[in-house]
Amino acid sequence: MGELLIDNAGAPVPILAYQLVSLIIFFAGIYGFFTRRNLMMMLISVELILNAADINFAVFNRYLYPGEMDGMFFALFTIAIAACETAVAIAIIINVYRNFGNAEVDNLKNMKG
Amino acid sequence: MTQQIIFYLLAIAITAFSILAVISKRIVRSATYLLFVLLATAGLYMLLGYYFLFAVQVSVYAGGIMVLFIMAIFLTHKPGKDIRTKKGWRIHASLLLSVAGLLLSGYIILNNAIGIVQFIDKEELTMQQIGTAMLGTGKQQYLLSFEMMSILLLACIVGAILIARKTKNDKNESNETEL
Repeated sequence: MGELLIDNAGAPVPILAYQLVSLIIFFAGIYGFFTRRNLMMMLISVELILNAADINFAVFNRYLYPGEMDGMFFALFTIAIAACETAVAIAIIINVYRNFGNAEVDNLKNMKG
Repeated sequence: MTQQIIFYLLAIAITAFSILAVISKRIVRSATYLLFVLLATAGLYMLLGYYFLFAVQVSVYAGGIMVLFIMAIFLTHKPGKDIRTKKGWRIHASLLLSVAGLLLSGYIILNNAIGIVQFIDKEELTMQQIGTAMLGTGKQQYLLSFEMMSILLLACIVGAILIARKTKNDKNESNETEL
């Protein structure tokens, strides 16, 4: 046991640890997405899910293919797309708020199609 | 050793704040917890050696997107009011779904051969390498995606303005009801 601790203490962090962290963020996001009624809170959950995906891109790139940087660029582009998605979603939410007086997802069944 | 200590501190922070972000009753607190998660994630990128990604995460995600969030929250919510969540069986069903998914995926990850992959030290990525890869047209270079991203951002700006602007009817109504 002592040898195991000493061996592992100097070693870098295993890839599993990063994956478990990203897994926890992802399922926290899923839980928030299903339980919230507020559109802003649902958007926050979506951001958590996207963030988990970003971590996975960067970690897989760094551990499996350290000589290349495709995963890093995927993470970069994902961050940019997340910014776009947030801006448009917030515009829609403000519009919903203007029309219904609050920003709850139950209102959206009344939208005109 | 230092690396491990920093990683586990960040991991604990990420776990705690991401769970707090989805169970908190106040929306501004929830957004603040999200900010902490994003900053801790930036710390993970730095630990991995991706300093450019760290800078982008801090400036775009934790800076730009969070400002948008806070602004939108103050535009669409009355301060100090608890937000409502779904009630009853929906919460239990979501909790069950999340925990089941977490356990299944965790089981798959822990029993996967990818665990034996070792961390290999390498030199830090220079800005020159990143710039060449981003603005080149050869193999593993990303000029096309980069330009598509600029078009996407432009479309997003136009779309957001178009969706969020007030039409004439809205303006009349809002003058009457003082939204």
